[in-house]
Amino acid sequence: MKQYLLSVYQPDGDPPPPEVLEKVMQDVRAWNTELRSADAWVFTAGLHAPGTATVLRAKDDGVLITDGPFVEGKEHVGGFTIIKAADLDAALEWARKLTLVTTLPIEVRPLRDGVGD
Amino acid sequence: MPAVPASDIEHVFRAEYGRAVAVLVRIFGDIDVAEEAVQDAFTTAVQRWPASGLPPSPAGWIITTARNRAIDRLRREVSREDRHAQAALLHADGVPTREGPVRDDRLRLIFTCCHPALAASVQVALTLRLLGGLTTAEIARAFLIPEPTMAQRLVRAKGKIRDARIPYRIPDEADLPDRLGAVLAVVYLIFSEGYAASSGDRLVREDLCAEAIRLGRLLAELMPDEPEVKGLLALMLLIEARRPARTTSDGALVLLADQDRRRWDRGLIAEGQDIVRQCLRRGRPGPYQIQAAINAVHSDAPVAAATDWPQILQLYDQLLSLASSPVVALNRAVAVAEVEGPSAALALIDGLDLDGYHLFHAIRADMLRRLGRDAEAELAYEAAIGRTQNAAERDFLRRRRQAFTPSPPSGGPPSS
Repeated sequence: MKQYLLSVYQPDGDPPPPEVLEKVMQDVRAWNTELRSADAWVFTAGLHAPGTATVLRAKDDGVLITDGPFVEGKEHVGGFTIIKAADLDAALEWARKLTLVTTLPIEVRPLRDGVGD
Repeated sequence: MPAVPASDIEHVFRAEYGRAVAVLVRIFGDIDVAEEAVQDAFTTAVQRWPASGLPPSPAGWIITTARNRAIDRLRREVSREDRHAQAALLHADGVPTREGPVRDDRLRLIFTCCHPALAASVQVALTLRLLGGLTTAEIARAFLIPEPTMAQRLVRAKGKIRDARIPYRIPDEADLPDRLGAVLAVVYLIFSEGYAASSGDRLVREDLCAEAIRLGRLLAELMPDEPEVKGLLALMLLIEARRPARTTSDGALVLLADQDRRRWDRGLIAEGQDIVRQCLRRGRPGPYQIQAAINAVHSDAPVAAATDWPQILQLYDQLLSLASSPVVALNRAVAVAEVEGPSAALALIDGLDLDGYHLFHAIRADMLRRLGRDAEAELAYEAAIGRTQNAAERDFLRRRRQAFTPSPPSGGPPSS
């Protein structure tokens, strides 16, 4: 089996109203349950807003610390799941379901071999 | 022993390269290993065959030689603890040495090359490279891209297939229509690039058409139950049949209506029309089949004036209902002009959002000209000329514009 990182890209700013969000979260939980029962689940995490991020960079004279996310933009990774899948088609099938329930773009990226391979 | 001319080896290469690479990809699970091995085998063939003669099965010889070469090479690399080589050898261990279902190997590889996780331009390049055996330099020249850029693009694509594990597999029944659509789109894109020649080297362009038709024939052979596959092949054959009449000896473009139809390739037309009839009998129409049928109607007419435009319009109506797009609507308007007159057609054309498309302006100009609105027609020709990069098309549009520009009395009437 190969592992894939599924990153969920969220627009910055306020989350959708509770009645919308609740439905989405419910569908995402169902997706997670399906993932686990298919033995395809490895790890899931949701992230705080990009404004809570801190970036460190090695400089000649030490480490520079800056407030905010690494990439400025209107969308940032809001959460991610690592899955096990036989190949990209299987991974894309999980991602397809996730983008439909979240209505958010999902980036699928293979993990290097040797990690749980 | 009869000498084998280089052209024979070249022919075997063109015909068998894709098959050999596809089999080797199955055996080793790795495109680079497969390509390198097949190239090695052809290099050996070029050295041996002129003296030894063609083996009884050139394809079988190439595949066996390539496989043995690859195993020798991988064993050498394994001894240097190359992890990649180990994986490929391990993969080969589990695969029967027999050639197996060779046909499926090529089909699998086409679906890999046209996987939706790869950009369309990359799908085209990979298909030409792996199934067509075109060199990176040839593909780069055909698409007017610097060779290092094309090489980089191919390396990246092969890396993605390996690292993201894009499978070598014929898609499930449920995914097949979408995935097959992507494959057909790639083949038609290769054909169109060769035919419409958005710019570039003419000879390489004709190679692209030949290659697209070869791929179309291969798909039709591999997927005999898919009517759209047949439709695409018929469409390409019927368009290709007109190539001899489509340009003058100095490369100037000739419109369908003005072509010398005696120069059309009757063999290709008969083949294309026969496939269209098979499709009709099957009764599962699709966009490629309908476009092929439209071209079949054109090729039925011995002279342009005998064209059955009402039937063409009916086919466009059907096409528009299956695959609506502004370009289809534009082409339909051309048929409307023949059936109902240019005024009705112009009304339809003016409602289309195709400002960036040179043919939109060219067709509009033609309608305006037929309605006697010369000043507007001239502006429309200008707009068309400004929007094409192809020299032959630009020259053609310039000639059209000049043909009706009010000329001084001594100039005589414009020829029509």
